[in-house]
Amino acid sequence: MKKEIDPVLQMRHITKTFGSVTANRDVDLSVYPGEIHALLGENGAGKSTLMNILTGIYRPDGGEIWYKGQKRDIHSPKDAVALGIGMVHQHFRLIPTLTVAENVYLYSGKKSFFLNRDKMEKEIRECSEQYNLQVAPEAYVWQLSVGEQQRVEIIKLLNQGAEVLILDEPSAVLTPQEAQSMFDTLRKMADSGKAVIVISHKMNEVMKNADRITVLKNGRVEDTMPASEADVERLTRGIVGVRTLPEHDKEQPSPEEPAQAGQQPSPEEPAQAGQQPSPEEPAQAGQQISPEEPAQGAQQTSTAMEEEKKHMCGEEIFFMEGVSAQNDRGLPALKKISLSVRAGEIFGIAGVAGNGQRELSEVIAGLRPVTEGRVLLAGKDLSKATVKQHILEGIAFIPEDRLQTGLVPELTFTENIILKSYETDRYSRRGILQKQNMRSDAEEYAGRFDIRHGGLDLPVGLMSGGNQQKLLFAREVSGDPRLITATYPVRGLDIGAAESIRGILREQSRKGAAVIFISEELEEIFAMCDRVGVLCDGELMGIRTIGETDFQEIGRMMSGEREETK
Amino acid sequence: MSTTLLISIISTAVVYAATVLYAAVGEIFSQRAGIMNLGLEGIMLMGAVSGYMVAVYRQNLVLAMLVVILVGAALGLVFSFLTVTMQADQTVSGMAMLTFGTGLSGFLGKGVSGVNANLAFEPIAIPGLSRIPILGPSLFNQNILVYLIYVIIPLSMIYLYKTRPGMILRALGENPAALDSAGYNVFALRYAYVTFGSIMTAVSGAVVSLAYTNFWSDGMTSGKGWIAVALVVFSAWNPLTATFGALLFGAISIIGIDVQTVFPQVPSQVFSALPYVATIIALIFTTGNFRGRRSAAPAALTIPYDREKR
Repeated sequence: MKKEIDPVLQMRHITKTFGSVTANRDVDLSVYPGEIHALLGENGAGKSTLMNILTGIYRPDGGEIWYKGQKRDIHSPKDAVALGIGMVHQHFRLIPTLTVAENVYLYSGKKSFFLNRDKMEKEIRECSEQYNLQVAPEAYVWQLSVGEQQRVEIIKLLNQGAEVLILDEPSAVLTPQEAQSMFDTLRKMADSGKAVIVISHKMNEVMKNADRITVLKNGRVEDTMPASEADVERLTRGIVGVRTLPEHDKEQPSPEEPAQAGQQPSPEEPAQAGQQPSPEEPAQAGQQISPEEPAQGAQQTSTAMEEEKKHMCGEEIFFMEGVSAQNDRGLPALKKISLSVRAGEIFGIAGVAGNGQRELSEVIAGLRPVTEGRVLLAGKDLSKATVKQHILEGIAFIPEDRLQTGLVPELTFTENIILKSYETDRYSRRGILQKQNMRSDAEEYAGRFDIRHGGLDLPVGLMSGGNQQKLLFAREVSGDPRLITATYPVRGLDIGAAESIRGILREQSRKGAAVIFISEELEEIFAMCDRVGVLCDGELMGIRTIGETDFQEIGRMMSGEREETK
Repeated sequence: MSTTLLISIISTAVVYAATVLYAAVGEIFSQRAGIMNLGLEGIMLMGAVSGYMVAVYRQNLVLAMLVVILVGAALGLVFSFLTVTMQADQTVSGMAMLTFGTGLSGFLGKGVSGVNANLAFEPIAIPGLSRIPILGPSLFNQNILVYLIYVIIPLSMIYLYKTRPGMILRALGENPAALDSAGYNVFALRYAYVTFGSIMTAVSGAVVSLAYTNFWSDGMTSGKGWIAVALVVFSAWNPLTATFGALLFGAISIIGIDVQTVFPQVPSQVFSALPYVATIIALIFTTGNFRGRRSAAPAALTIPYDREKR
């Protein structure tokens, strides 16, 4: 490493608390010019807080920041910008109604009163050519794809003379191909002497693209190492510690699945199994497959898995036939989607976020009108049915936004569990709520799904995200649904809660429910699902059986490439 | 239609437009900054009464306008404090400004209610221009407050779309967090634009009391503040479009009075209600949630900016 060079940036003993929560505790971080430095950790490990301190959004409670050999106080984002520290946030800070050039020049130090558009656009073109950041300076930001918007954010930082660039989960919104080109750009910037800090939770990407890795856990630095010395085991230990997690369901012998299933390498765990990527962490296990090596295990197991599935899955009960729908702006969001799901099957929907996933789930739940085509559940046409009829037909809906769409945060635990069944005799008689029954059911759910609540009479908005999601699942699966549609159900949850949620979905599918599982994480889809459909720009690019496909193929389909069915 | 009638219609429509345009332009700037002030009517009344009182007691129009500007600035600072610093609900705060302004103006104006100031902004004919047929006497034989709005509209357009501060203003109501991270002081900018909007609104009131109706009575702006709010939405937050809208409302209100003489059997209230009916219809067609239409409203309008909540 470039240890002989002085670090451009040092954070020493940084501590930050929010109320009783310690977000950062005694954190040391050194960043050198010319390197890509990855900050790795779970959600809530303190990565974003640390970077928000560095960019002046939060003030640390203790500790020092040294920049280019001097101790600095960063009071505001303005101070950080003046020093040359800039950040690309996960949610872009762009103004959709302004052009690319205007967005960049909001951030430049130039103070001329009138706007000189020609000059602005020329400067941006030069910058984008130097670092291979293709984007049209005169385009309005609302016209750009997510990848292009990210490039605008990077150009913004370069234009204001940033020496230290921080990117918060930059690959989360990109296809695998786009992500690689983004990292190539970051490498170019590092080579030109800038320091790049990348916040991530993807180990594989970090090991491949970073020079050094710092692992945060519970607000502390757990480990820091050159990328060349990093391996999955060491990083996993840093990220999750020595926690033990429930076993991966697919390898568990269950009555329906004969024991040999557990012996066979499952497709998401190829030859490198020697490394023992813990099976309970599909994320890492999946990353072991690098795009160049398609899963070798897949071919061997596919036959066996097919056999199993015939046992597990029943008849096809849910059909979509050429279904189209519009988004909130009235533009086509789903284009002639056709698919069928069998009882007991977990059907994955892969794709970059914002390609019709939300609209698809809302169509299935009956919330969004179908403009064309038919939706059938067990032979019954639901394309014109009301939301209530969908609920009565046994469709459970786990929306993307669990707290606002799934639950009412201001209502209590007991009130939230009856939101969909308040009219039943169990919960209301002559219009009077049956508090006793509500309470006993709430207690039963809390026990059965291990929901930690501060009290059944407290607003659910006060519960943690994982427990809110468990509560939502408890309500939705309590009536033994025939179809469950879950959109990003484990997003933002810690590993333990995420695994419980996946467990609930697997259990429901074993009981015979058809599950539509919408996720951004290919690793998760490969670990959970029987088949996967890929959405791109509202179209279903194709459907593949897990075990007969690989990341590379799905990644290509996510970026819009259509391929013949094998 | 006789030429004199045509001149009278255009000329009255122009003065009517001026009475609402100051407020509308001010509110466009305020809402572009992300703060919706629904208390325009109250601020207009305060501007109208304070200007008229100075005119009655001091017989000085320059002093009257200075007082109007100060009153507008004071009310603007109060509203900014409520909505920017205290992050109060903007609808409720707007209603507070409305009732406060209506009540206080009525109280303060008791002494001048019905009193003739014998002082108003008189029309000044611009040499040369005022001799253009029809347009000359209707557009260029106006008072100075109307001439000023002729200048303010193009200046506000240039400011919004051709200057750097205007670009920042357009961003301010869309994504204040982005501006904050760029080092701009979101709070100071919002204070400035809300206060500017309030000053313009108070001036609008003074146009009513000192250049349009030339008297004071309780509640005499009769809903012009609301028409200004409607114009802001109708114009999609664009001062030039707002001007056309204001002229249209002005024409409707004056034509109503003329048509009244043709149909004496129809109650006069029907015709005086026309501008308000037109407002409702215009609002339905411009802001209704029709399929495929994207609202031009600033994305962060009515959302208080809170650094800790990002």
